Amino acid sequence: MASGVLFDAPGPKTVARHRIYTIVAVVVLLALVAYAVKRLYDAGQFEYALWEPFVTPNIMRAIGEAWLDTITMAVLAVLGALVFGLVFGVGKLSDRKPVRWVSWLVVEFFRAVPVIMLMIFSFYAIFNSMSIEDGAYWSVVLSLTVYNGAVLAEVFRAGVNAVPRGQAEAAYAIGMRKSQVMNVILLPQAVKIMIPAIISQMVVALKDTSLILIVFGVGLTKILKSLPLSFNNIVPTTIVISALYVITNLALTYLATRAQRRFVGEKEMLQVSNVAEPVSNVA
Amino acid sequence: MDAVLESLPDVFKAFGYTVLLFLVSGVFSLIGGTILVAMRVGPISVLAKAAATYVTIVRNTPLLAVFFFFSFAAPKIGINFKWVDVHIGTFDFTSFFSTAVVSLTLYTSTFVCEALRSGVNAVPLGQAEAARAVGLPFTGVMRQVVLPQAFRASVPPVASALIALLKNTSVAAVFGVIEATAQMKIMTNNNADERWGIFIAFAIGYVVLVELVSLVAGTFERRWRIA
Repeated sequence: MASGVLFDAPGPKTVARHRIYTIVAVVVLLALVAYAVKRLYDAGQFEYALWEPFVTPNIMRAIGEAWLDTITMAVLAVLGALVFGLVFGVGKLSDRKPVRWVSWLVVEFFRAVPVIMLMIFSFYAIFNSMSIEDGAYWSVVLSLTVYNGAVLAEVFRAGVNAVPRGQAEAAYAIGMRKSQVMNVILLPQAVKIMIPAIISQMVVALKDTSLILIVFGVGLTKILKSLPLSFNNIVPTTIVISALYVITNLALTYLATRAQRRFVGEKEMLQVSNVAEPVSNVA
Repeated sequence: MDAVLESLPDVFKAFGYTVLLFLVSGVFSLIGGTILVAMRVGPISVLAKAAATYVTIVRNTPLLAVFFFFSFAAPKIGINFKWVDVHIGTFDFTSFFSTAVVSLTLYTSTFVCEALRSGVNAVPLGQAEAARAVGLPFTGVMRQVVLPQAFRASVPPVASALIALLKNTSVAAVFGVIEATAQMKIMTNNNADERWGIFIAFAIGYVVLVELVSLVAGTFERRWRIA
C-alpha cells in the first residue's frame, strides 16, 4: 500500500517506525483473537457435542437442502427481477411521458420500502391461502423480485446510457425504428456491461432471503432457528450458517469479477450502489 | 386506513424508533467506517489486511445473521447489553435497542468504509505528486489536496450506505424493537381486512424518510461540488 495517492515510498526511518507499528498491531490483533477464543472456550462452545450435528449425515443433508432452497429463492428472485428491471428500466427511457412517470414511481417506491416489509405484506396479504412454508417461500421470491427488479431497472437504464451515443445515432441514420434501435443495438451492448452488476445483485438477494425469519424460517434461516432448539448449540449454528452465506457470496463475487474481465475488460465495474440509490437522481 | 388513523400516536412512535435507530447507528457507522478505512488505506499492511478481512466477511454476511449473533448467540458467551436501560420521554433504550445499534453499526461500518475508500481512489495520482512536487509536507498534501477531493467524491456512495442503513433498521423488528416495520406487522395481524391500507401507509412513511435523506445528501453534494 506504500505507493499511491496517500504516501511516498517510505525512507529508512519510516520503514523502521512502520516495523514497530506492525509488531504492535500484530500483538493487539492476536490478543483480540485470543480473547474471543478464550471467551468461546470458557463458555464451553468448543465441546464436540455442540459441533457434532454438522458432521452428522442426516443433518448435513438437511442443511444442504436448506442451502439449495436459499439458492433457488435467490435465483428465482433474480430471474424475476431481470424481467421486472428490463420492463421498468426501458420504461424509464421511454419517449412517452406517462410511461416514464409510472416506471419512475414504481421503481422509486420499491427501492425505498424495506424488503422485510414487502415480505410481511406478501406473506399475510398475498400468499395467505398457501401453506405456511410455501407462503413464506413465495413471499421471499416475490419481495426480492420487486426490490431487486427496481434496483436492476436503474442498472438497465445506466447500462443503456453507457452505450456510446453514436451507436443509436448510427442506427437511426440507417433507418431503424425506435424499438429496433433499443432491441437490436442498445440492449445487447448494455446487457454485456451489466452482467457483473447483475451477478453482484445476486449477493444482495441471497443475503436478503434470510429476512423472511420475521414470519417463518425458510432455507438456511430454518436451520438457524430449529437446530439450536434440539442441540442447544446456538453459537456454533450461527457461526456455521453465517459461514455458508459468506462462502456462497464470495463464490458469486469471484464469478462477478471473472465476468467483469471476460465481458467488460478492465473498465470500472458498473457500481450498483452508485447508480441504484435515489441520490444519483437528485444529482 | 382507519386502523392507522386510530392508532396514529403508536405509528409515529414506531417511526420515531426507526429514526432514532438510524441516527444513532448512522453516527457510529460513520466513525467505525472512518477507522476501518484509515486502517485499510494506511501504510501498515497488517492492519490493512485485518480491515480488509473484516470488511469482506461482514459485507457477505446477512445483516440478519449479525443480529441473530448479538441477540441470541453472544449472551451465551457473556456478551450482552442488559446493562443498558435508559428512558428518555416515551422512548425506552434497552438491551433490544442497543443490540440493534451494535449490529447495524458493525454491518454498516463496512459499507461506509468501502464508500470512503472509493472516494480516496477517485483522487488522481497526479494530484498528490504535484502537491509533493511543489514542496507541500505530508500534512499539507493530505489536508489541502487529497482529503478534500476524496471527501467530496465519497459523498454519494456514503449517502447510499446511509439510505441502506435507514431501510435496514427494519431488521430490528425481528429482534424485539417496536419500530415501524414491527408496528406494521402488529397492525397487519390485528386488522386483517385493512392490510393494503396499512402497508401503503407505512410504505409512504419509509419513502418520505428515504427521500428526506437523499435530499439532504443531494444538497451537500451540490454545495461541495467544484465547478
